[in-house]
Amino acid sequence: MSELTDLTAHELADLVQAGETSWVEVTEAHLSRIASVEERVRAFVTTTPDLARQAALHADTAGDPYSPLCGVPGALKDNMATRGIRTTCSSKILGDWKPPYSATVASRLAGAGMALLGKTNMDEFAMGSSTENSGLFVTRNPWNPNHVPGGSSGGSAAAVAAGEAVFALGSDTGGSIRQPAAFCGIVGMKPTYGRVSRYGLVAFGSSLDQIGPLTKDVRDCALVMNVLAGHDPLDATSVPLDVPDYTQALREDVRGLRIGRPTEYYGEGSQPAVRDAVDAALAYFEDRGAEIVEVSLPHTEYALPVYYLLAPSEASSNLARYDGVRYGYRTPGDVDMTEMFLKTRDEGFGPEVKRRIMLGTYALSAGYYDAYYKKAQQVRTLIARDFARAWEQVDVLVTPSVPTVAFEFGAKTENPLEMYLNDLYTIPTNLAGLPAVSVPCGFSAEGLPVGLQVIGRHFAEETLLRVAYTYERGTEWHRARPSG
Amino acid sequence: MANITLEEVAHVALLARLQLTDEEIAHFTPQIDQILGHFLRLQALDTTDVPATSHAIGMTNVFRDDVARPSLSTEEVVANAPDAENGLFIVPRIVGDAPDV
Repeated sequence: MSELTDLTAHELADLVQAGETSWVEVTEAHLSRIASVEERVRAFVTTTPDLARQAALHADTAGDPYSPLCGVPGALKDNMATRGIRTTCSSKILGDWKPPYSATVASRLAGAGMALLGKTNMDEFAMGSSTENSGLFVTRNPWNPNHVPGGSSGGSAAAVAAGEAVFALGSDTGGSIRQPAAFCGIVGMKPTYGRVSRYGLVAFGSSLDQIGPLTKDVRDCALVMNVLAGHDPLDATSVPLDVPDYTQALREDVRGLRIGRPTEYYGEGSQPAVRDAVDAALAYFEDRGAEIVEVSLPHTEYALPVYYLLAPSEASSNLARYDGVRYGYRTPGDVDMTEMFLKTRDEGFGPEVKRRIMLGTYALSAGYYDAYYKKAQQVRTLIARDFARAWEQVDVLVTPSVPTVAFEFGAKTENPLEMYLNDLYTIPTNLAGLPAVSVPCGFSAEGLPVGLQVIGRHFAEETLLRVAYTYERGTEWHRARPSG
Repeated sequence: MANITLEEVAHVALLARLQLTDEEIAHFTPQIDQILGHFLRLQALDTTDVPATSHAIGMTNVFRDDVARPSLSTEEVVANAPDAENGLFIVPRIVGDAPDV
């Protein structure tokens, strides 16, 4: 038997059902794993071992054997509200905020019997691609501690890759699930905008944010999606559509599927190791009967400016609520009201959050609104139309998830624009509200994982899962585990 | 470059209620200038008659019945406040003493 901490949720459930282990034993194995690797990886902001043990014991004694996540130890990104459990967004400004309510995703997972191990580190308010913007500490890539785990859901991705959690949730505003999944060699899905409730997710870019799973394989991704997806009256942007059983989509079959290869995602910007791995994946699909079609998404180059105008604009508005009055940090000392706001926010927010609040405030301010914000919203329409035209020719798009493998700490911190460019292939799907999944598709020469992105039509998560599953069945990348 | 000045950055910081030091303003100004300068390429696109997208799925007007539901207790609402008393948030004084008449 493999180490329990190497296994997926469905593999563990099989062992438990066969009487070979128990959820208590599985949970203890993960808590031990956390104790032994956390000093090196630092994926968790808060751990909740007592809660995990309680849920595991309940799963063993009174659990629902038909709930596939019952007893499974998982983690939540620390921007998802958990009633009574500290929720920080890795920001000093939230202090020791203990939410008086839980995010819908947290309630759904608790209802499904998940054993919550804790809350994971992230770039502050999900603004970043490396966890280097965390206001607390950085998380290290389990494949190589000198490299970033990606971000902003870097703690969630590292926890799963390091065997500390069987699965975790992340949130994705411009790639924050898919990019760390690619950097850490695991599966990460950003569902269609509106597919999963955002209630209780601390808002960053409300028209772009979406919660999704980070898992060790595609079947686990489908199992977690089965719990997350669905309409929530508490989130007016969640969509009242029926939810399929996503595991039914796990079929090894891409015959006749038209796979688009968008020219703009295969330029000089990608590292050779990334290009080679993705080309090999395309050849794999062609071998199995898919048709590869070259398509063009001509406005791709504008996605980055559009995103970095719209997301900071929405953030500058969303983050206005941190004023030191109702929760979180307040500057000490005897100051007047305006000074209290100014100092609280200056002392509570980190540099990247300030930079984005400034960018957004600028783009929304009088005299610049039309030139920046409104223009960006119009170009957002053009980007969405590019995809709509592609769907006339193809069923899915296959691209690299990220132009590079995980970079070293400090490599991009001095130049924010260069850091932003890392999101080039993930951002357009958020702008268009499309679902996309990243799956492991190889390694660079230095042993760092490469991610393959599959993008689909609105609410076509099942097609993505089928393509990803077909790929996974013929490859072994998803079985690789970092040593140590 | 977008030709952003130190004064503009200081003004925007005040609008955003961020008390930036002179060093921070000097640090942010060229970065914001570079980022916005990079974004000026959007101006080259003709967007005449292109509608603005604010919602990717295009949902509008989500309604529900107007019925009262349980809400958080006052105790829970103020539990996280930096300063609270009798179910109220305590904040610095906003208005001065009443003038003598």
